[in-house]
Amino acid sequence: MFSDDTRRLVLGHFWFAFAAFFIALLLGAWQMYVRSPLSAWIGHPELYYRSVTAHGSAMAYVFPTLVAMGFGYAISELSLKQPLVGRRWAWAGLALVIAGTVVAMVPVSMGLATVLYTFYPPLVGHAGYYIGVVLIVVGSWIWVALMSVNLRTWRRAHPGAAVPLPMFANLAGAYLWAWTSLGAAIEILFLILPVALGFKSTIDAGLARVFFSWTLHAIVYFWLMPAYIAFYTLVPRAIGGRLYSDAMGRVSFILFLVFSMPVGMHHLFQDPQVGSGVKFLHAVFTGMVSVPTLLTVFTIVASVEIAGRLRGGTGLLGWVKALPWHNPMMLAVAFSFILLGFGGAGGLINMSYQLDFAIHNTQWITGHFHLIFGGAIVIMYFALAYDLWPHLTGRALAEGRMMKAQLWLWFVGMLVVTFPWHVVGIMGMPRRMAYFDYSYPEIAPQAVTVIMSFFGALMLVASGVLFVLVLLRGHRAPRIALPEFRFSQAVHAGLRLPVALNGYALWLALMIGLSLLNYGYPIAQLMALEESSVPAVPAGAAP
Amino acid sequence: MNEPLFSLRNRWFTASVGALVLIAVASFAVGFIWVPRVHARDAAATIWESICSAAGAPARYRNAPLQGDAAVLPTSVIVSSAMMGAPDAGAVGRGATLALRCSMCHGARGTPPAGTEAPHLAGQPASSTYKQLRDFKAGHRPSAVMQAMSGILSDREMRDLAAFYAVQQRETPADRSGLRQPAPRLVSNGAPMRNIGVCAACHSPGAMRTATPILDGQPEAYLRHELESFRSGHRANDINRQMRNVAHQMSDEEIALVATWYARR
Repeated sequence: MFSDDTRRLVLGHFWFAFAAFFIALLLGAWQMYVRSPLSAWIGHPELYYRSVTAHGSAMAYVFPTLVAMGFGYAISELSLKQPLVGRRWAWAGLALVIAGTVVAMVPVSMGLATVLYTFYPPLVGHAGYYIGVVLIVVGSWIWVALMSVNLRTWRRAHPGAAVPLPMFANLAGAYLWAWTSLGAAIEILFLILPVALGFKSTIDAGLARVFFSWTLHAIVYFWLMPAYIAFYTLVPRAIGGRLYSDAMGRVSFILFLVFSMPVGMHHLFQDPQVGSGVKFLHAVFTGMVSVPTLLTVFTIVASVEIAGRLRGGTGLLGWVKALPWHNPMMLAVAFSFILLGFGGAGGLINMSYQLDFAIHNTQWITGHFHLIFGGAIVIMYFALAYDLWPHLTGRALAEGRMMKAQLWLWFVGMLVVTFPWHVVGIMGMPRRMAYFDYSYPEIAPQAVTVIMSFFGALMLVASGVLFVLVLLRGHRAPRIALPEFRFSQAVHAGLRLPVALNGYALWLALMIGLSLLNYGYPIAQLMALEESSVPAVPAGAAP
Repeated sequence: MNEPLFSLRNRWFTASVGALVLIAVASFAVGFIWVPRVHARDAAATIWESICSAAGAPARYRNAPLQGDAAVLPTSVIVSSAMMGAPDAGAVGRGATLALRCSMCHGARGTPPAGTEAPHLAGQPASSTYKQLRDFKAGHRPSAVMQAMSGILSDREMRDLAAFYAVQQRETPADRSGLRQPAPRLVSNGAPMRNIGVCAACHSPGAMRTATPILDGQPEAYLRHELESFRSGHRANDINRQMRNVAHQMSDEEIALVATWYARR
């Protein structure tokens, strides 16, 4: 059970995360509207890009980081069954993230740091934006350290015991984040900030992009971790089944840890500063990341089948009908897998060196990462919030119909937003464009797809409103006496665990080794080249 | 649970490290050796060169047919709008005397007799003639005849010659049918999908580009020969590979078309 202080801590993380999410959601819908033929042009692209910067920064840096942190603290206390160690530090971490968000968003809203959330050097904006992002990352590093400390404390009290799967997976996310966030941190501290603060006037844009790619792909797996932890440790219990295999879960999280890192350069397939052989290496390892995802799909479908058969389902597909479809968690996991399937199929195209040429920098890419993150991952964030909420508030969360409506709206809305984006991307519409003149005959056929996506955005806003309403109502519901919080049980619980599956030493060594193998040469080479710096371009202008 | 992890007897250790090494070595072999060798065919000479090119190691450009400095640098001339300096009143007169040596091929006033292959120099920008003379002398532009002719010229003499030819009027050829024909698409629009720029953007009389010749009325055989030399890399005195990048994408037919059209103007 939660201690009171941890409850407040987790709620603080979640509420700030969801507030940032909700504001960013409204901005996203507004962007869709002004880009569609329904709206007259707003007159200045700067306003649009401010909104894109705020939407991206909030959705990529603030929202998932806080969900992972809050969920991580909850997992530590609930699965280790010991009070959270270092609560004061945890509050300090949250304060840093909030302060960082404010420090970053002030210059963005003033139009002084319109660099989009991926920074795009040689564009350089107001130093406040970058300092804010660094504060957010430093706040999250406190969380990484605390997770490690909590596990160590538990291990001292339980020498030789198997680490519970939720905490084991939680640590995979924390270590992955610590290592991958280094890239963007180095980029900001050593390449961008000296320019933003006026000490330098040139910047090595190619090297900066390489460092950002260090962060850019594995960060997605960091966002994914809470969703995957929910797949393995909440879903089977919530729908009345059992986890098919505990060891398979550990292997999946380990594979994510090892293979997430040496893949980021598939974001640089069209960049000239990296050699084609290096890109090929990264493409191969990108392919390897599909292995833990396929393992997970298999294990979770098997676990769900167990639930279906326990509920009396028989035959080849009869168990599907017997599943508890009224349960929001059931609905969420089904939606998440469908969105993950579509997003993953698109991802296979992005990771192929040759096919990527066709869709590089088009709306297709935007469609892809909204399906994966906005779809498959965020829908599990909703579900895990619903699952934890009664334990956080001590009150019942009895809004079943509203929850189901919310999940359905999000699922359908996300499909309606992203499918037209994929289509229009193949038609050649570039991403990150503030304005399209649909009266021009060559892009006139694209107009209708943008209108469709805008209606999808409206559904997402409606779903977001419902989500916040459900959670708010949860705070006003009658108090109830709750049973102890349980994570899923594996079919074969308590088997002897190999030492490799109970710790991280080997896997961290492999993660670091592979990162150095795949990034070492390009980084060293670009650092040694003097000719690769270009004049910085100050971003932002008054509209 | 107490078995050592980092030990060759731990199967998890040997299997995971072994599998990763295998994947890394196999993808290295494909990405750094096999694919670049297939793509480059006979261009990449050694396995080491394949590996370097796949790793993205920047190499200085080398133009194999040229010797010494010329193999690495396109030219030793620094091209800028101020490269010709202030006008010199006596330059044209001195240049006229020097030009007597050139009249055998380039004609008395810079227009060669009809039917010869030497380019006309009359009316060419002084910076263009001067740069070519420097390049001939330094070996950046190979030519048995011009290397000998330019080798005895001082820098001042090259500037004087260029100034003389710049003020001459071109004697126009008999066949100027090109003036009435529409420009080939390559000349007026380039080929954006192949990254070929518009010829006329630099080479028309109105463009006034530094160190850039006007092509109107140049002998067809000369134009064709120079484009082919740029295409093969035998001529490499274009800064930033401007002309080689264009020419290496042009077909024989396109070269013939462009050369004929410019020759008849």
